[in-house]
Formats: sequence, C-alpha cells, structure tokens
Amino acid sequence: MNEAAETATEPKILLEAKGIVKVFGSGEHAVKPLKGIDLKLRAGELTLLMGPSGSGKTTLLSILGCILSPTEGNLNVAGNPTEGLDAEGLAKLRRKHVGFVFQGYNLFPTMTASENVLLALDVRAAPVVDPPGHAVQALTAVGLAHRAKAFPSKLSGGEKQRVAIARALAGRPSLILADEPTAALDAENGRAVMALLSQVAKDPNRAVLAVTHDHRTLAYADRIIRIEDGYIVSEECPDKTSTPAHEAAEEH
Amino acid sequence: MQANTETMAPPIGEDLAGKPKIVKMAAKLAYRNLFHDRLSLSVTLIGIVFSVVLVAVQCGLYIGSERMIAAMLDHSKGDLWVVPFGTKSFDDPSFLIGHEKYAVLSTPGVAEAEDLVVNFSNWRKPKGGSTAVLLIGSDQENGTLKPWNLVNGSIAELKAPAAVAVDDTYFKDLGIDKMGERAEINDQHVTVGAVTHAIRSFTTLPYVFTTLQRARTLLGAGENQSSYTLVRLAPGADLEKVRAKLSARLQDREVLTQAEFRQRSVDYWLFQTGAGAALIAGAALGMIVGVVIVAQTLYSSTKDHLNEFATLRALGASAGYIHKVILIQALMSAVLGYSVGMILSLLVIWASKDTTLLIVMTPGLAVLLFALTIGMCVIAAISAIFKVTRIDPAGVFSR
Repeated sequence: MNEAAETATEPKILLEAKGIVKVFGSGEHAVKPLKGIDLKLRAGELTLLMGPSGSGKTTLLSILGCILSPTEGNLNVAGNPTEGLDAEGLAKLRRKHVGFVFQGYNLFPTMTASENVLLALDVRAAPVVDPPGHAVQALTAVGLAHRAKAFPSKLSGGEKQRVAIARALAGRPSLILADEPTAALDAENGRAVMALLSQVAKDPNRAVLAVTHDHRTLAYADRIIRIEDGYIVSEECPDKTSTPAHEAAEEH
Repeated sequence: MQANTETMAPPIGEDLAGKPKIVKMAAKLAYRNLFHDRLSLSVTLIGIVFSVVLVAVQCGLYIGSERMIAAMLDHSKGDLWVVPFGTKSFDDPSFLIGHEKYAVLSTPGVAEAEDLVVNFSNWRKPKGGSTAVLLIGSDQENGTLKPWNLVNGSIAELKAPAAVAVDDTYFKDLGIDKMGERAEINDQHVTVGAVTHAIRSFTTLPYVFTTLQRARTLLGAGENQSSYTLVRLAPGADLEKVRAKLSARLQDREVLTQAEFRQRSVDYWLFQTGAGAALIAGAALGMIVGVVIVAQTLYSSTKDHLNEFATLRALGASAGYIHKVILIQALMSAVLGYSVGMILSLLVIWASKDTTLLIVMTPGLAVLLFALTIGMCVIAAISAIFKVTRIDPAGVFSR
C-alpha cells in the first residue's frame, strides 16, 4: 500500500489530548474550566470547536496551542509530548509546529503584510530559502500577493485575516489553531476566510482547528466538536459529499 | 476571494531556489516600534542628548581641569622635582631655601638640574587697577619650561629688558590688548614681549612667563633661590637611589617624581578643594537623568506594544527574541541620542575655545561616552524587559 492510500484510509493524528483538566487558582477560588477533555486532530481535516461562552473553548485552545500547560492530562503535538516542558520548551514547540490565527488578527501595525509574514519566519529561527519569495508565496496562497507592501491599516478586515492566515502558513506548521477567525468579519469575508482555512486543511500533513460561534462556518467543517461546561459533549463528522462546502455556506 | 481553493498549490517555499538564510526581522521591528511614535522617540532622544551633553561637558571640564592643573608639569622635562616641604600643587608655590641646584648637581646619578621660580605677583594694569598673576621664571635658553603656543613674538624676545610673555586669553584681565604694552609687576616695569594662546590656568590667575633672573628680581628672591628644582638623571641612573640620596641631602624639602608631583597637584585642586567632586557629581546626575528618562519612555513604548509582544510570544518567540527587540530599540535610541549629543557637545566645546574654561574631548572620552550611553540605555531597558517577561501569551485570544 502506498503512502497516499494509507493517508486516505487512516489520517495521521497530529494532536492528541487525553484527560485534559485545567484549574486556575486554588482553594475556594479555584476555577476549573476544563474537566477532562479527550481530543484528536487528524491531518487533512478542518475541525470546528463550538460551545457557549464560558464553556472552556479558549482555555482548551490555549492548551492545545502549547500556550498554557494543563493541570492534569497529556498532550502530544506532532509526535512531541508536552509534559514537563517549561515556558521556553512550549514556545519552541509552538514555533515549530503551531500556527495561530486570532480573532483580532494581531498583525503588527508597523509592518507590511509581507513583513508580518517574514516576522513569523524570523521567530521560527530556522533558515529559509529566499525569505521574501517565501513570504510572497504565503501571501499568494491567500490571494494577497498584490497587497504584500500594504500596512495593516490599509487592509480590510478580511484581508487582515488572510494575512494572518498567510503568517500562520508561512512556517509550514502541522497545526493551525484559529480563534474565532470570522467573528470580526462580514458574511462575505467570513466565507472567504473559512474557504481558505478549509483549503489549508486539505494538506495531508496539517490539521486545522477553529474555535467558533459562527454557524455560517459549519458547512466547511470536516469534524465538529461541541464543548460545554468543560466537557466535550459531542463530536460529529458532517456529511460533505452531498453539497460542496462553499455552496452549503452560501445557502446559509 | 482570490485564493486558489480548487487545487493544492505546492507547499510554501518548496519550489524556491537558493541558499537557506536566517530571516532577521528583530531590528526592523525595533526600528518601526521606535519610529512609530515620533513624540515618544523625541522625548527619549531629548533625555539621551541632555544626558550625553551634560556628561560630555562635565567630563570634558574634568579633563580640561586636569590638563590646566598639570600644564606646567607636562611642559617640563624632569625625572625628579625638589619642592618646598608640604607643597600642595605647582600653583601653590613658595621658595626653597636656596642652592638646591648645586646640591643636586653634585649628587651621583644626576645629569642636569634646572631652577624654576614660581610665585604670585601683583600685575598693575597700564590703565589702572591691578590683578594677581602667577609669575613663572625659567631658563629660556637651556631650560625645558618655556612658553608654548606662541602667537606673537618669540622666546628670544624674552631676553629683552623687562620682557614677559602673557596669554591672549587673559588680555582683558591684564588690561592689555596687544604685544609691546607696558605694565608693572610688583611695582617694576615689564613689557609684553611675547604672546601665547590658550595657556589657561585652573586657578584663573594668568600665567606670566619671563626669564629666571628677571623673575627672581621681580619677586625679590635671592640669586640662588628657586621655587622648584627639576632634576634630570644621567642615563642608567636608578631613580629611587638618586631620590634617596637627594632626600638625605636636602632636609626639609621633598623630592618627588614628575608623576607624583603631577598627581599631587591634580588631587589637591580636584579633590581637596571639591571642584572635581562637583564635576563628577554633575556627570553622575546627567547619567541618572538619562537613565530615568530613557527607562520611562522605553517602558511606555513597550506597554504600547504589549499586545504585539504577546503575539510574538504566542507565535513561539523565545523570551530572548523579545528581549532582543527591546534591547535593539534601546541601542538604536542610544546611537541616535549619542550622535546628536556628541554634535552638540562639540559645538559647546568649540564655543568655549576662547574662554578661560578648558573643555576637552578626547577619542578616549568619546568612546567612554558611547559606552556609557549604551550602558545607560541597556539599564533603562531592564524595566521594559521585566514588563515583557510577565506577558501572558494566552492574552492574545479573544481580543
């Protein structure tokens, strides 16, 4: 059996979380937003993490993105266990394997679109062939090559989010974690960004997880995980064979 | 939407050719952060410039003072100096007992000896009024201490009757304005036979040069009396042995090396009088003001960009990378502030060149100031680094 066929039948697990518990504070003031989460992210899939406010989505995203350490449980990112890693060890794991897309874009306002991408490459501290060309390729992948020299203040919300996706893609991470990527966008730009994330997730060596409240995004999902009160309450794989994702989204 | 959503593009960067390079954006980010807020940058630069100019002028005054105090010693060539017991500095003279030169010359290991007569005198101005001067009498033919920086007249003209050399910096104090003018020293006529430039005195008393014999006459000293006797050793002579012999022969007088007499003079004026301490305190104050202003503005700039630093941290930047950005910002501020500060300092020095103040800028001082400015900005960056170290990268979510 060749590798492609193998991938088709059994996608790689790029992230695995087991028994994740997170407690903030101690004693009477302790808050426990996550009470035992088991979760897997598979290569080639766009997973949506949905749930009401206060359900633990952002805390879970922070833990999966190696920004916070769980109080209990194990996390394995791209084959690397995170147990026992200090802040610098987690940062190293993030820069090697994780790309982030933020609700507020979090672009550097003093840097152009291509410089924002280059900055992410610099943070990775790994040598890159033709860095400016690399940045342009990342922007081309999100359809923004022509805006490479524009500063964030000159970009629309949708364009900013696409630059943020280009920045996340540039380091070729195994995981892309998006926090409410469409929350600040209008319907058209929201669809465009989700279509892009869906496209990005098709890479057989990458998994995308998006935290969202936005029901317009459901049509793009390969898997939908619902979280409530610190527990995963459902996990489903919507049938995408009948209606192409973008058409389904437009019907919404 | 212009992104290609139908087909997979090759992985980013895979089809690019060339040698892999490390991307370097930290300096650019630091530069953009720095220049993004021009007002904050201006405040930072004003702080650094103020500090650099203050420290440069104070240090320049200190070096200038040291040079003025030691000017006569630096222009004399002596291995040892015989000085009256308890002499505090070159500019605090009294008379030796007499005949020291002959005692010195008859000591084994001594090649030459030179008498110097130095003492305070009263200068009566041609148009009335008087002022104190420091009269220096030396052998204008074979001696080593002669007026230098001559801008009018010559050493030979000091042989003329009653001739003295004065410095043009003190023309106003001496009540004269050109060569050839007549005045009185201790009620005896003198004529300005030579003019020097920029031989300034730390005590602000003008130096007046003349021949050894004329100085003795003007000061009423004995024929073999002097204020100091310079001793030059024979080749191969042991300085300490000669000094011991001279000390034994010349009771109630001190025998100092050139370096010791120089240091004693500098220490007296700069430290015993407190003048040097005031200069050092001024320089320290400049440094403190600089550190506080730079620290305040850098901290404020870091606070303004805190979300960006948190984003960098979330993207996986090491703490070292973020510290590097802040330090580069501090170093850029330092280089800019130092450059402007040095230009202003040189202008101040240039403007003071014809005054009685001697402010000196040496390559060594320029390097020291640069190092101090860098150090000051790095220290100032510490508060900003502490702030950034406490950033919670999780704060980047849901903003």
